Amino acid sequence: MTALAVIFAFLAAAIALGLRARRGKDMDLEQWSVGGRGFGTTFVFLLLAGEIYTTFTFLGASGWAYGKGAPAYYILCYASLAYVLSYWLLPPIWRYAKEHRLISQSDFFVAKFSSPLLGSLVALVGVIAMIPYLVLQLKGLGIIVSVASYGHISAHWAIVIGTVALTAYVTISGIHGSAWTALLKDVTILAVVLFLGLYLPLHYFGGIGHMFHAVDQAKPHFLTLPSSGMSTSWFASTVLLSAIGFYMWPHTFSASYTAQSEKVFRRNAIFMPLYQLVLLFVFFVGFAAILVVPGLKGADADLSLLRITTASFPPWVVGIVGGAGLLTALVPGSLLLMTSATCLAKNVYRVARPTTSDAQVGQLAKLLVPVIALVSLYFTFNGGSSLVSLLLMGYSLVTQLFPAVLGSLLARPVVTKQGAATGIIVGVATVAAVTVTGVTVGSLFPSLPESVKDLNVGIIALALNVVVTLAVSAATREPALQESSLATENA
Amino acid sequence: MKPVYLLGAVPFIGILGGIFFANRVTPYVLGMPFILFWLVMWVVLIAATMTVIYRLDPANREESSS
Repeated sequence: MTALAVIFAFLAAAIALGLRARRGKDMDLEQWSVGGRGFGTTFVFLLLAGEIYTTFTFLGASGWAYGKGAPAYYILCYASLAYVLSYWLLPPIWRYAKEHRLISQSDFFVAKFSSPLLGSLVALVGVIAMIPYLVLQLKGLGIIVSVASYGHISAHWAIVIGTVALTAYVTISGIHGSAWTALLKDVTILAVVLFLGLYLPLHYFGGIGHMFHAVDQAKPHFLTLPSSGMSTSWFASTVLLSAIGFYMWPHTFSASYTAQSEKVFRRNAIFMPLYQLVLLFVFFVGFAAILVVPGLKGADADLSLLRITTASFPPWVVGIVGGAGLLTALVPGSLLLMTSATCLAKNVYRVARPTTSDAQVGQLAKLLVPVIALVSLYFTFNGGSSLVSLLLMGYSLVTQLFPAVLGSLLARPVVTKQGAATGIIVGVATVAAVTVTGVTVGSLFPSLPESVKDLNVGIIALALNVVVTLAVSAATREPALQESSLATENA
Repeated sequence: MKPVYLLGAVPFIGILGGIFFANRVTPYVLGMPFILFWLVMWVVLIAATMTVIYRLDPANREESSS
């Protein structure tokens, strides 16, 4: 019970921080969801980093290192490359968002393309993509609470408890709470991961080098990418797709609105990649677990980090590790919930009923939080995927928004609203078809060389998307189209 | 388009292109299999690249606010 008590202390601290952050602030929708646009480098760094160090990195990355080996390295690379892109991508988005007082990602599309309907489409795509991401956080919460209770609390109840905590937390504090908890989370996760990643290889193998040699001996070819399947071309295409999709997540896109100035992003592009190196230590834990706690199969590989922790340390350490894990689910989970709720209230409901007032939209957003949490809970209980496969699915979906965003930032309006909408629909439909039927490039075209067959299928969806976007845009472009100067007034 | 921006393409080449040549276990560097070392090295080089771009980009000198 010691471990659980420590975890609940973390939860209490997070809620206390949320309450404290809220005090004295007038919480209209802008305050609740973009913090009044007053966050400097540190807070934007923390919020966006809060995005990266989720349960996914903590449990998913170690789980993949444990279960799949080298393919897990992709997790280290894609975000680093996304920061390179962010140097040029985020400043124009932020500038435009500030000028037009945008709150959600969909607002950006509404204003840029003067089309509230396109905004609704983007909101729906975003919410659909965020559900697997939320499911991932809830699954992670469930794993943490049930392992830390040493089996006293079933995973089922653990997930329910986690969902209630998350919902309460979001309703109480909004984004200010997320920023403060992000700070607490980053400090604890950094300490926990560095400690585990250095201590475990040293304790069990006598060093990192010895550990890798032992793994290589026990499982030859595990430390390099295989020649087919998750091969080098799978790796390159997956890294590229995920790097492109990184800032297309509705919550990441709109978290960038919280910055004080555009310089914040350029400076962050320097530090964020280094922060990624923390993942290296998560991998070390996963690799150490291969030989220390063998036998976890399939989605159970996600348990590896916590299993090796319970096997190596007394309950209070397990509690701290679990508490850090809880925060990695709480911060991104709260951003995801808040963003989905804001998107649905502002960009779907209000388009359907234009007379809704700002206050009503804010109220509806808060009401939607528990509804979305319940929907995610439903999917959490009805699916058996591993954490990484859930995330990859979400990434293939949000990446489909990239061509339209890029098109809208060009000086000349190359992409029309019809083009953007059909491109997104075709891309998302392709991803859905691929996910449901389980086809790969290889099964569609068996005669192609292996390097082409192993490409991430998201590439096909994105290629179709770009072709359709450009074709439909060319067909629908009006000769004297003005730059979207009309109807941009706070859409 | 400032020439220094072209530096931004270098990490993409190093990671997305380099992986085809770096996919091997030996030699171990800093205790890590070569492929992992290669990727870690590039993550560090990204930070270095972005520092150079940041310093040379006049856009960061114009605004005085931080």
